[in-house]
Amino acid sequence: MLRLTRLMLRDFRNWPALTVPFRAQLAVITGENGAGKTNLLEAISLLGPGRGLRGARAAELGRRAGEAPLPWAAAGRFEGPWGGFDLGSGTPEGGPPERRSFRLDGAPLRTQAELAERVAAVWLTPQMDRLFQDGAGDRRRFLDRLVWALEPHHAREVAAYENAMAQRNRLLLQARREGRAADPAWLAGLEDAMARHGVALSAARRGLIARLNAALAGGVTGGFPAARLALSCPVAAALDGSPALAVEDGLRADWAASRARDAAAGATLSGPHRADLLMTHAPKEIPAALCSTGEQKALLVAVVLAHAALIAAARGFAPLLLLDEVAAHLDAERREALFAALAALPAQAFLTGTDAAVFRPLRGLAEGFLARGGELVPDGDLPVPEGR
Amino acid sequence: MPAPDPIEHLIGLLARLPGYGRRSARRAVLKMLMRPEEAMLPLAAALRDAAAAVRPCRLCRNLDDQDPCHICRDPQRDRSVICVVEGVAELWALERAHAHRGLYHVLGGTLSALGGVGPEDLAVQPLLARIAEQGVEEVILALPATVEGATTAHFLSDRLQPSGVRVTRLAQGVPIGGALDVLDEGTLAAALKARRAV
Repeated sequence: MLRLTRLMLRDFRNWPALTVPFRAQLAVITGENGAGKTNLLEAISLLGPGRGLRGARAAELGRRAGEAPLPWAAAGRFEGPWGGFDLGSGTPEGGPPERRSFRLDGAPLRTQAELAERVAAVWLTPQMDRLFQDGAGDRRRFLDRLVWALEPHHAREVAAYENAMAQRNRLLLQARREGRAADPAWLAGLEDAMARHGVALSAARRGLIARLNAALAGGVTGGFPAARLALSCPVAAALDGSPALAVEDGLRADWAASRARDAAAGATLSGPHRADLLMTHAPKEIPAALCSTGEQKALLVAVVLAHAALIAAARGFAPLLLLDEVAAHLDAERREALFAALAALPAQAFLTGTDAAVFRPLRGLAEGFLARGGELVPDGDLPVPEGR
Repeated sequence: MPAPDPIEHLIGLLARLPGYGRRSARRAVLKMLMRPEEAMLPLAAALRDAAAAVRPCRLCRNLDDQDPCHICRDPQRDRSVICVVEGVAELWALERAHAHRGLYHVLGGTLSALGGVGPEDLAVQPLLARIAEQGVEEVILALPATVEGATTAHFLSDRLQPSGVRVTRLAQGVPIGGALDVLDEGTLAAALKARRAV
């Protein structure tokens, strides 16, 4: 199991300096609003690849002293299936504040892919409560992050597809402005790249959804209500009945035929970039968009737990689970189910909340901390569990 | 206005070159200034000579002090095969490999709608003209395996189609001496797709 055993922060968000050991599989951090609980989870999320749970730029992360943000650092000591290692990230002293660098056991890391091999983190935040109300884009990004954690090259496929599509849109727009037709051979080249990368990324999304559904149907989330996922995407649907090469040909023909339409719209109106992730509350058979806020939260928790179990099985270690303000939205029964599921998963989890009482049932399972005034102190009500 | 400090001026010029930053430029300049007679004057003369003599080849756009370049003039070269590359750096890389016995054609970039590079910015017409004049049988597209490279290859094969010339592209897959378990998934999938009978 991958375990973060110690976290050190310097000038990160509201934390001037912090060193905290984590001795249990579950850590609970409570404190008032603005105490810096989410900042702690964000720091942990930044020890993995990507921009962390707020999607922030490196230059935004330094503690503010006067005008400019200070150089910041976040470092973790990990115990993994292959032994212990130290991983640090931050902006260097005197270096450009927008450039984040990584160190593994003191030596610089060149690519985020090296990072992805060792550390993975998955999170749920209050901002994600709007996932079912907002546009399909947020749901698609949520899905793509889940795929990425299992298949690191997925990010490259998505980037290549979006690059080719941006160039196609630009070509069509330029030609329209200048009152001429865009070069058909150039467009066909871009549409060919879109078709190849688009089918690859759709196949990866589709594959993950099938595996997640199997895990969810198999009861991997314990007493938690299971979700059922589906991809609303003609490309993924075509892959059900046709070989990938035939789907690529179909996409090329479709885009070639819709150049005038897309030029008028100023955007490519069809393709896997329009896919949507649909979720159903499986026991009740109702779509997630029609569920209550609490039920939606429960569905997301179920998906994240199933995903963690999938990664654990596929990669040999489960991701760190960062659950920001999750427990407070659940009723007592769901909360119990969540705590039981977390205790059963081979994953380390970090939970935050404003109400310490909510976490009392975790006594003996979790180690508690109180965040206040730039400090993190042990919570006497949740001592380090014995024998852990 | 006083003349610029010659040392700073030199560092500034060097720092603009690829592979150089201000720090490495300072180190190079300092090293040269220790022995200007041996390290600087020959360099200055070589720079002057190269700037005066080297020109793009009128046939393939390779850089050489002869025009046509030494590759285009070489009677041993197979004139029926042309290898299309993005730039001179790629031509040099292929020459180092000693694997191509035909001629080259330097495109001068790849198509990029976002970077503002269109077909008219690339040496596409000269390529078509060479094929029409020279009796070329095969065009090898040795372009980078990026979205821009693949788009350009697709574009060129479309333009080349009416000429009836055979168009091929480089294979993608397992590097020589490479282990499979460290290969990225995209390359591995491409290698599997392009497998062949042994």
